[in-house]
Amino acid sequence: MEHETTAALNKQATGQDEDYRPSPRQEERQRFRRSRKRRDTWIATLCTVAFLVALCAAVVASPGWFRVHTLFLNGAEFRKTFPTILHGFWLNIQMFLIAEVLILALGLLIALVRATRAPGLQPLRLAATVYVDVFRGVPTLLLVFLIGYGLPALQLQGTPSQPWVLGTIALVLSYSAYVAEVFRAGLNSVHPAQRNAARALGLSEPQTLRHVILPQAVRNVVPPLLNDFIALQKDTAMVAVLGPLEALREAQINADYDFNYTPYLGAALLFIAVTIPLSRYADRLQRRAAQRQRAEAAR
Amino acid sequence: MTRARIAFAASVGAALVLTASACAPQPSSTANASSSSSTSASAAASACSTSSPDLYKSGQLTVATDSPAYSPWFDNNTPADGKGFESAVAYAVAAKLGFSKSQVKWVVEPFDNSYAPGAKNFDFDVNEISITPQRAQAVDFSTGYYTADQGVLVLNNSKYAKADSLAALKGARIGVQVATTSYQAVQDEIKPTHQPSVYNTTNDEVNALQDGQIDAIVTDMPTVFYLASAELSHGQILGEFNYDSATPEQFGLLLKKGSGLTSCVDQAIAGLKADGSLAKITEQWLSASADVPHLKQ
Repeated sequence: MEHETTAALNKQATGQDEDYRPSPRQEERQRFRRSRKRRDTWIATLCTVAFLVALCAAVVASPGWFRVHTLFLNGAEFRKTFPTILHGFWLNIQMFLIAEVLILALGLLIALVRATRAPGLQPLRLAATVYVDVFRGVPTLLLVFLIGYGLPALQLQGTPSQPWVLGTIALVLSYSAYVAEVFRAGLNSVHPAQRNAARALGLSEPQTLRHVILPQAVRNVVPPLLNDFIALQKDTAMVAVLGPLEALREAQINADYDFNYTPYLGAALLFIAVTIPLSRYADRLQRRAAQRQRAEAAR
Repeated sequence: MTRARIAFAASVGAALVLTASACAPQPSSTANASSSSSTSASAAASACSTSSPDLYKSGQLTVATDSPAYSPWFDNNTPADGKGFESAVAYAVAAKLGFSKSQVKWVVEPFDNSYAPGAKNFDFDVNEISITPQRAQAVDFSTGYYTADQGVLVLNNSKYAKADSLAALKGARIGVQVATTSYQAVQDEIKPTHQPSVYNTTNDEVNALQDGQIDAIVTDMPTVFYLASAELSHGQILGEFNYDSATPEQFGLLLKKGSGLTSCVDQAIAGLKADGSLAKITEQWLSASADVPHLKQ
């Protein structure tokens, strides 16, 4: 039902009827717009290239360039250390993938608890609110320390002892508080009339949530969720304080051993290689959402 | 429209030019004042006064170390009190250079920053830094003032408490401190099956050892002695091993690459070795005990 209406709306918005032929004047207009766009692209490209060339020339011509080059852009050092850093990065990838799944589940759960309205659930709501306040307020690194050194110190049966697992738990606790707030904002962004309409159609409260509210809420907050995911990827480096060798720590060990900062560059490249595509994707989603919202003006 | 555009472009251009001029190279008064470290002794002697132009601040010796500064190298994280081995060495070197105790100023320099290029905010950095040829490409080192062996520390009830060779530690989970040569020593000499865990501080290492996260700590011998006596109530020193026996590992003072002070500091350390005061300081602060077993392969 919903699909049909959106399809119809899209059709209206973009006006792509079968029998539509643009008038000569409209074609003229489009040609002009296209040529303008080409010209703008060229100018933008040339300006960017010129700026980069000027910047590089300024950097290379500076008196300290040789020192910087050997200390930060040392090819031999890069080749020597990159494999170990790449090996460490595999641990980062495992940590943020596992953590992200848990964070999304836990965050959504907390947001739903906070969105309930039954008076009997007040203690749960309070607990969720306290959780969010506390874990958003505590610096992530502190949490990593507390969980990483505190949990094993309790000497309890069944607590995980793997440092990277403990670190991942800490990241989950911290980030699910952020993500819970993002989800809550999404839930609040759905107009109350939607709920009323669904209830009027005879859907039960859970059904309403599942088929009407949640899909819209989640769709509205995909970009901020991706932002949090990117932040999480970089914060996996904090787990290094517990001992495991992730990419940044491997880079630090090599840098400190040879007194050369190039390994850090290798680690930075790896993180960037993951975060930039995600950032671009988040931007695209945001743009598409905006276009959906005001399809008229987006041409 | 176009006029506004031209004005905008012009202002951007002006901003760029201004930025560029702001980033113009510094006048090379100190940038290239690096005297080669092989200056003749007479020339070096004049440069080694308390008002030498190579000093970070004339009339004072600025000495750096990391914080927290641990025993037995320093005492109570207060390097300025002259207690602890490296604090004592720093003051002894200062005295040889002609600085009184009050003319020595201590600054904090995290290890990761100590080898950054560019100007330094200290004259020399004393921080248990091992001298390696690779490192010497980025900074200047004084001659070594201490020869360090690697030591192994375990808990009394550990299953490795009876280990009597490096090979016996192969299956152990080993903890080392970041930025130390111990990591490389473990990888090269013990070749453990588990990846070593790397910690920021010795405190974290000790915690991990007590929590059972790791089986053994490998670090330099004096630190092992200190940890065994002061931090671990039921730990024991398993033994020591030489890392790369061809060239014994030495701690050196770190100076800016091409610093004019390097030769002065070298002279000072040579003097301290010659008159026996370095041996006395070592004896006083690093009570090396002789009954530590030597671990072979």
